[in-house]
Amino acid sequence: MILDGKAPTGKIQDSWDKHKIDSLKLVNPANKRKYKVLVVGTGLAGASAAASLGELGYQVEAFCYQDSPRRAHSIAAQGGINAAKAYPNDGDSVYRLFYDTIKGGDFRAREADVWRLAQVSNNIIDQCVAQGVPFARDYAGYLDNRSFGGAQVSRTFFARGQTGQQLLLGAYSALSRQIGAGTVKMFARTEMLDLVVVDGEAKGITVRDLVTGEVRSHVGDAVVLATGGYVNVFYLSTNAMGCSVSAIWKAHKKGAYLANPCYTQIHPTCIPQTGDYQSKLTLMSESLRNDGRIWVPKKKEDCGKAPSEIPEDDRDYYLERKYPSFGNLAPRDIASRAAKEQCDEGRGVGPGGRGVYLDFSASIARLGEGTIRERYGNLFEMYERITDENAYQRPMRIYPAPHYSMGGLWVDYNLQSNIPGLFVLGEANFSVHGANRLGASALMQGLADGYFVIPFTIANYLAQTKPGKVKADHPEMLKSIAEVKAERDRMLSINGKKTVTEFMREVGVLMWNNVGMARSEQSLNETLQKIPAIREEFWKNVKVTGSGDELNQQLENAGRTSDFIDFAELLSRDALHRQESCGGHFRVEHQYPDGEAKRDDANFAYSAAWEFKGTGKAPELHQEPLKFENVHLAVRSYK
Amino acid sequence: MSAHATEHGTMNLKLIVWRQSAPDKAGRFETYEAKGITPHHSFLEMLDVVNEDLIKAGQDPIAFDHDCREGICGMCSAVVNGVPHGGHERTTLCQLHMRKFKDGDAIYIEPWRARAFPILRDLVVDRGSLDKLIQAAGYVSCHTGGVPDGNAILVGKPEADYAMDAAECIGCGACVAACPNGAAMLFAGAKVSQLAELPQGQVEAPQRVAAMVRAMADQGFGNCSNHYECEGACPKGIKVKFIARLNREFTKALFLEKIGAISTVKAASAD
Amino acid sequence: MRLLSDSIGRKVVMAITGLLMVLFVVGHMLGNMSIFAGANGINTYAEKLHGLPVVVWATRLVMLTAVLFHLVLSIAITLENNKANPTAYAVDRRLRATFAGKNMIWTGLLLGGFIVFHLFHFTIRSVPGMEIVQVQELSGRFDVFAMVAGAFGKGITALVYVVSMLMLYLHLSHGIQSTFQSVGLNNPKTMPGFVRFGSVLSVIFLIGYGAIPLAILFGLIGK
Repeated sequence: MILDGKAPTGKIQDSWDKHKIDSLKLVNPANKRKYKVLVVGTGLAGASAAASLGELGYQVEAFCYQDSPRRAHSIAAQGGINAAKAYPNDGDSVYRLFYDTIKGGDFRAREADVWRLAQVSNNIIDQCVAQGVPFARDYAGYLDNRSFGGAQVSRTFFARGQTGQQLLLGAYSALSRQIGAGTVKMFARTEMLDLVVVDGEAKGITVRDLVTGEVRSHVGDAVVLATGGYVNVFYLSTNAMGCSVSAIWKAHKKGAYLANPCYTQIHPTCIPQTGDYQSKLTLMSESLRNDGRIWVPKKKEDCGKAPSEIPEDDRDYYLERKYPSFGNLAPRDIASRAAKEQCDEGRGVGPGGRGVYLDFSASIARLGEGTIRERYGNLFEMYERITDENAYQRPMRIYPAPHYSMGGLWVDYNLQSNIPGLFVLGEANFSVHGANRLGASALMQGLADGYFVIPFTIANYLAQTKPGKVKADHPEMLKSIAEVKAERDRMLSINGKKTVTEFMREVGVLMWNNVGMARSEQSLNETLQKIPAIREEFWKNVKVTGSGDELNQQLENAGRTSDFIDFAELLSRDALHRQESCGGHFRVEHQYPDGEAKRDDANFAYSAAWEFKGTGKAPELHQEPLKFENVHLAVRSYK
Repeated sequence: MSAHATEHGTMNLKLIVWRQSAPDKAGRFETYEAKGITPHHSFLEMLDVVNEDLIKAGQDPIAFDHDCREGICGMCSAVVNGVPHGGHERTTLCQLHMRKFKDGDAIYIEPWRARAFPILRDLVVDRGSLDKLIQAAGYVSCHTGGVPDGNAILVGKPEADYAMDAAECIGCGACVAACPNGAAMLFAGAKVSQLAELPQGQVEAPQRVAAMVRAMADQGFGNCSNHYECEGACPKGIKVKFIARLNREFTKALFLEKIGAISTVKAASAD
Repeated sequence: MRLLSDSIGRKVVMAITGLLMVLFVVGHMLGNMSIFAGANGINTYAEKLHGLPVVVWATRLVMLTAVLFHLVLSIAITLENNKANPTAYAVDRRLRATFAGKNMIWTGLLLGGFIVFHLFHFTIRSVPGMEIVQVQELSGRFDVFAMVAGAFGKGITALVYVVSMLMLYLHLSHGIQSTFQSVGLNNPKTMPGFVRFGSVLSVIFLIGYGAIPLAILFGLIGK
């Protein structure tokens, strides 16, 4: 089937404003309180959406699995948030941010969505400043900017190394204000385990109270999923331990299309792994690349030496060599792959030869240690806490790690999935980043969707639906509760020999090795062969202790792991079908002689939206063709 | 992969852990062995190892809160040898590495203890009371949209830096857990100071401090007696100068209210 | 907002009443120093002071009010605090809290008891079971020196006073710097100064007040 994203036509500069007037219906203020909206996830997208919708007068119920909405993983974003303010007078504009995002995404995103993102980016900064977000300022009191990978202008706003935290706390404060005012009801420590679809429309969710174990349904007139990304499918990633694919996977199983799951981003500047016991990888802001130079020894035999013993001439600053104009600021996918290449050639450093140096000595010599400390002090501290090494004296060791998922549930221009009434925001949807996301754009998207898109587009749906159509005792609600309980009981009854973590590690390591930074037909086929066996063993041999009627973290993880196993299959299938390299998806069969990704616009200039056809069965592919009318399709070059 | 880890010796540790199956059940200390721990294990990874052994032995693993494991979400929370997060400067429990311990060490692991933080299970407590403080007034009452340009109101760099120092709080509750009085003054002080310092938040500063101080009492937090344990335990280095600021803001608002210059009672927001 | 029932309101009241008492402690100590000038010194001081009944009674009234507020609030706050943190940790390790800070309520209550005793002892001059030397100088002036010397000549009485002054030292070594924090004057720059100021002042009190009973007990001050 050919999917239609329902993007507005006509001049792209006017598309969003015109769309709001021509195509989006409004809900009368007095009627808003009759509608109930369920918002799942309280990161940047979820918290800003719940706060904004509550403020507008809708009854909102918000859910998060953490003990507080303030802990969603948006909080871990360090570097900054982009906006086309053009304060530094360096030639930025909405068009340039739009263009950079399309190009950075390797021409695999819908133009109109990206334009809207760039357009509202400026409102986000204003909104956050008004909330009391302490953005960095210069001595005259104006907002400060820094540059970031994939852009030649300085358009990134930041709050020390904790921009995500500060933006999330801003959204959390807006959400808290609405909770205090009674317009939003907050359900923390509550995990969504099913989407309830009634007569083809999303009308509720089934959740498990993680403290009491109670399984219950919530009905709503619309459901908003803002449940983040799925790169924990690789087991080790920079995501929080609780980040999972479960919410969108459950929705997918109920009919929502999952688009471009193979577009996963590997972040180039993470602290390398030290051992098998490791539970997660720690990211350090990409902003480090502004002042750090990346290198590996030219000679393999130097890899074991202390970095200070390797003379300048024997160091290979490979990013500066390969990409002279962007240098160390090449986009994430390119920088990550380049690091992997060096290590594959046997020139990696540190444990297992899986690391490259990020060296600040030149910047320290140029700017002084004080300046570097002021810019990155907290990151250097963090690095030392984890590695016990002082990066002022010895270059950091970094290695790429799974970080972000560009793919997600398919949505139209209104952020509505193919199931009416189901809206998907932030990282959970597939919309704006194409095949690769630029640094400092995730925060931008989350807040754009939540503050400035969903309040308009959800009204259009609600205006055309009768409030309170479905009641809590609807057969579909009861069926959903019964299904969730049945799956829970099944997991608890197996009492096998392998722990949940062992299964997650097994599928994760398989995915990282075969479907990680580079993918081949052979590695993907092998993965697709192995996953059904892992699934089968999981349902025969998993060991989950305790019961369902209590706080049971094993049970929570078992559910998430089971969904990851199923999802890993879809991700691999998508990667196998996309016989091209683009952005975060690198197929070794499709590359230029110099190792650059080779896109195939003739055959793959579309988004691949998959329809669930049953566990273990082949999903059905739907295509949404991508049309580029405002940018010129070109080979992405950062040389 | 673990080549680096084996360069160092591994250690065996004795853990004395608080176990409590439910909020209304009595708890007790249980002793466990953590074997084969390397200096590169984080504290939580060490607990993971113990839990895997417990699960395989058919026992309930130790429940503990954790999420980002990079020291920013504020979810991890346990008192290690009497000090929240283990007592290393600017280090959350998830960032505490086992190189800080020696082979054979006995380690006491307990949940946050305070009346405002009821224990849910083992090391997991309910910190909803902190959210209630923010819901009371820990915000700027701006609407979505309709705000001025970000540069329309200038904020001096020192003021922005001061606000950022306060805003670094991760809301983990270590300050409350460390406080001999179970008080939340450092948490509340940081939020009040951040917003009172910025022009955007100054407008509501008196109402905010009044509501947050009232909310602290309602939630069962204690009073401050200037021990500064909170500052010692804070994994983000939040300073008690923000409690001084809280006191100052309170006194100022109280004075202005008593002389009739302002009212700190918030009118119920219209719809 | 409420001064006497909001947590920080009470804290400010504690600080201000405490500060008033510290001022009294300063004045009282300076006056008492006259004993080192011998009998004539302290007797003249006492005579001069009681020649100003308005000052004496005003001070007594202010002090009584301050003590009562300080005492009642501190008991209320301590009870609340104990309720807010009912369970101790298995390992008692503190990072910043001091012995003095943790025991404010106890040093305070002991001081309260001491003040009552001290008033009965030297102001009302009637303590059941205690002999108090009450004589007049030849001039007819009340001999404060004789009373004090008579009291501190006994080791047990001197000990009570010295121990009480240790309580005062402990109480104020936390209390003085705490006052500045409570009224909102602290920041990382001023804090070390306030802490030092508090320690030095409380040591001066300890030495100044403690020296009197000890000097008399060991016969260093004579007629």
